[in-house]
Amino acid sequence: MHDLYRLITLASQIAGKSKATRWRRYGVGRYLAVTLAAVGVVVLAGCGELPQTIMHPAGDDARLILDLLVPVLWIALVILVVVVGFLIVSMVKYRYRPGNDGIPPQIHGNPRLEITWMVASALIVAVLAVMTFKTMSIRAEAPGPGALIVEVTANQWWWEFTYPELDVVTANELYLPIGQEVDLRLASNDVIHSFWFPSLSGKQDVVPGTVNRMNFVPEEIGVYPGQCTEFCGLAHGQMRMAAFVVSPAEFDRWVEMQQTGADPALATSPGAQVFQINCAACHSIRGTAAAFGQIGPELTGIGARTTLGAGVVNHTPETLAEWIRDPSQIKPGVLMPALGVDVGDVPAALSEDDITALVNYLEQMR
Amino acid sequence: MATMTQTLPVAQTWKSDVWSWITTVDHKRIAKLYLFAAVAFFAIAGTESMIMRTQLATPDGTLIDGSLYNQLFTMHGVSMIFIAIMPLNAGFFNLLVPLHIGARDVAFPRLNALSFWMFLFGAIFLNLSFFTGAPDGGWFAYPPLTGKEFSPGTGMEHWILGLAVLGTSSIISSLNFAVTIFNLRAPGMKMTRMPVFTWMTLVTSFLILFAFPPFTVASVLLLTDRIVGTGFFNPVAGGDPVLWQHLFWFMGHPEVYVLILPPMGIVSEVLPTFARKPLFGYTAVVFSGISIGFMGFAVWAHHMFAVGLGPIANGVFTAITMLIAIPTGVKVLNWSATLFRASIKITTPMLFAVSFVALFTIGGLSGMMHAASPVDMQHTDTYFIVAHLHYVLFGGSIFGILAGIYYWWPKLTGRLLNERLGKIHWFLAFLGFNITFGPMHILGNDGMPRRVYTYISGQGWDTWNLVATGGAYLMALSFLLFAFIVLKGLRGEKSAGDDPWDGATLEWATTSPPAVHNFDSMPVVGSNRPVWDGKYGGSPAPMDPAAAESDIHMPKASYWPIFVALGLAFAAAGVIYSYPMSAVGVVMIFYGTFAWTQESTVGPPARPSGSGAGH
Repeated sequence: MHDLYRLITLASQIAGKSKATRWRRYGVGRYLAVTLAAVGVVVLAGCGELPQTIMHPAGDDARLILDLLVPVLWIALVILVVVVGFLIVSMVKYRYRPGNDGIPPQIHGNPRLEITWMVASALIVAVLAVMTFKTMSIRAEAPGPGALIVEVTANQWWWEFTYPELDVVTANELYLPIGQEVDLRLASNDVIHSFWFPSLSGKQDVVPGTVNRMNFVPEEIGVYPGQCTEFCGLAHGQMRMAAFVVSPAEFDRWVEMQQTGADPALATSPGAQVFQINCAACHSIRGTAAAFGQIGPELTGIGARTTLGAGVVNHTPETLAEWIRDPSQIKPGVLMPALGVDVGDVPAALSEDDITALVNYLEQMR
Repeated sequence: MATMTQTLPVAQTWKSDVWSWITTVDHKRIAKLYLFAAVAFFAIAGTESMIMRTQLATPDGTLIDGSLYNQLFTMHGVSMIFIAIMPLNAGFFNLLVPLHIGARDVAFPRLNALSFWMFLFGAIFLNLSFFTGAPDGGWFAYPPLTGKEFSPGTGMEHWILGLAVLGTSSIISSLNFAVTIFNLRAPGMKMTRMPVFTWMTLVTSFLILFAFPPFTVASVLLLTDRIVGTGFFNPVAGGDPVLWQHLFWFMGHPEVYVLILPPMGIVSEVLPTFARKPLFGYTAVVFSGISIGFMGFAVWAHHMFAVGLGPIANGVFTAITMLIAIPTGVKVLNWSATLFRASIKITTPMLFAVSFVALFTIGGLSGMMHAASPVDMQHTDTYFIVAHLHYVLFGGSIFGILAGIYYWWPKLTGRLLNERLGKIHWFLAFLGFNITFGPMHILGNDGMPRRVYTYISGQGWDTWNLVATGGAYLMALSFLLFAFIVLKGLRGEKSAGDDPWDGATLEWATTSPPAVHNFDSMPVVGSNRPVWDGKYGGSPAPMDPAAAESDIHMPKASYWPIFVALGLAFAAAGVIYSYPMSAVGVVMIFYGTFAWTQESTVGPPARPSGSGAGH
């Protein structure tokens, strides 16, 4: 934001200065200022929070890539300005003027000049290649000892995260302690997906039949949205996730909560019974005897999650109730059946009272 | 001199009946068929994109659902690539190559007709899928998503069989043009004197010849995975989904050059004409095109940097991809240098051609950015790539093709398109294009993935999406204007004359539109700008009116090409609808091919367009 204000200030300064130049005769300065101001306003309007941008890295890999991207972008911009500038100047300077009907000099080429710019192109490419290979060699380093192992399993259209060393399973919200390297092993249960937290790291496709690896160090505390980026079917656009980069102490608290699971005292609540009958075949919650389902996302700690349906809606008791009633209203294509609405002659599996009890029960999983 | 064409027999003019179009083997009429059909499919695919842009104008758009959106973006990509830009290019091959090299037609006129009808039926077959559920797995059709388990409908069969028919059509057409260029050049038309457009046609033909057969085989493997349960690409059955990606992109990347090299050729003709200078560094431009063609086969895996091929493979493909920047840069610099110390006539085709250079440069530079595989790890599958590919294929290919349509309209119809309206069209298209695709660079950088039918607000994407949609409507408006300009240009505009732009190549040495036999006498070529040098260079004109031939035999019209193409369409459609239909189709192919070999090919003598035609 700050940069943009500076840009606009700069533009108006240019406009002011141009009074002294010959631009003024053509009104170019004023025109330029108005254009820049208009562009600035549009940019500002489009600005604000950019949670998924690659321009503000919070992980070492994203930072490493940005450090390559920025110089490459500048090289590209310089070339662009030179080429487009030459085209515009030529179109103006060498345009046909009435009366000037002579044939311009018939220049067929200039081998020396052509070899020069071929060599120049090759040099630019060589510089780019060296920078790129340097970055690639750093990225290719295997994770060191002591890295936190997380197994990522992609499904249509949600993510499962397993911490094998910690005996923790969760879904769609990935917790990472700041400063500790993470060693991700990515697998898919169905089609090809791609795992991407722009703030933390470059993306990695998740291919069924193989386990892909990636590693990075989260460097800044915060919540970072991510999303599937390989087209994976109907709800591809709604296969989101979030990474919570937290302090080591908070991470330990979270791990403990996930390991403990449901408070045993809740086992007799009315919601617990609704869950056992209607939900447990697909979902599991740590600490409950009969909740072992593997088809749907793990629900241990669901009460603490910030979103539902793989990042589709914010999590409130109301949206949770809506989700249980008919998730396809929120996320078309979702495999979970509608439990709270009549389907044809078949009455709803859950009454509104059941849903209220279930929501109360789930909200306490935190 | 255009009046001389009026002596043509009625059966060979615009007013001829439908049957003569169905049976035509004249390369110029086939060009018109290609261009007309391709523009229609371009309009359909463009409408698909307008629906998508409307859906994405605001977050949580509700105009269409995900299922339809996925069909639309798949069909938009497949259509623009295979049944809009490729046949638009083919239209120019047909119109220009025989004229450029001083031939009366292509080497195999009936095969040429077969290519067109196969393309038309393949394209219609592909679009018929909308009635039963169009393919929705992306134009790249990655399994396992496109396997039977995850795509149970018949959309994928339309994709596979449609592309098989279209691919075969392209292979036949490529053989035809390669043979034509090698064998039918007029005396003195050495390879080193050929117009750059014809050179690019030759390179493109070889790209298609090598890229499409493996792809066609791969898609048949995918078909057997789907209909008889083989497991080539199914990991559950021990197959490898990444194998498909290799086979697909081995076609998919050269395909990009198939789409862009012919418009590069067009621009290489248009820029010198309106600069009134020769192309700067003809040899370098031609060799750049050839080396781009060669290298284009060794870069396919840069579409797969995120797949997990490992640092060695990614490194090799990074290096070769960056190497392509060199010949590409050389081309851009040579085009730019053509304008140096020129006397530039700012016409509509020139505006489109210069825009091509600028916009293609932007697309090329963003391509250079994600040639660096680490950068691609962030940019791939985001809107940054959408921006990049549209700067190459719309700002590049389509702007080049529009330049070509304005430039060669006289050779299609004998008339000029309206210059004043044309410039307005250019302005709207240029503005709309940049407003649409420029912001997509920012959207991609800010993390918006491709191929999402909706997005939530709060990502900083709302404004730029709205701006992009606004630009898209502006572009749609520009194309409505273009439709009006073209319709007006069929009848309402003034006659062009033989050589309205003061051109340099052989097509300007004959009438507008050319007579059915193209040239009254055999052109004799002494340089790579024969017509220009005939006018200004002191060398003799390529056409000698005194040498006009009186006994010219053109190939006879034939209905076997459309018959065989129809058989192939039945054979393909039958795989989905009923196997007996396929059997009928196969019988038609064999019978039609046999009958084809038995008919006489020499038509009645064509009358010269009158002594003194040409220069």
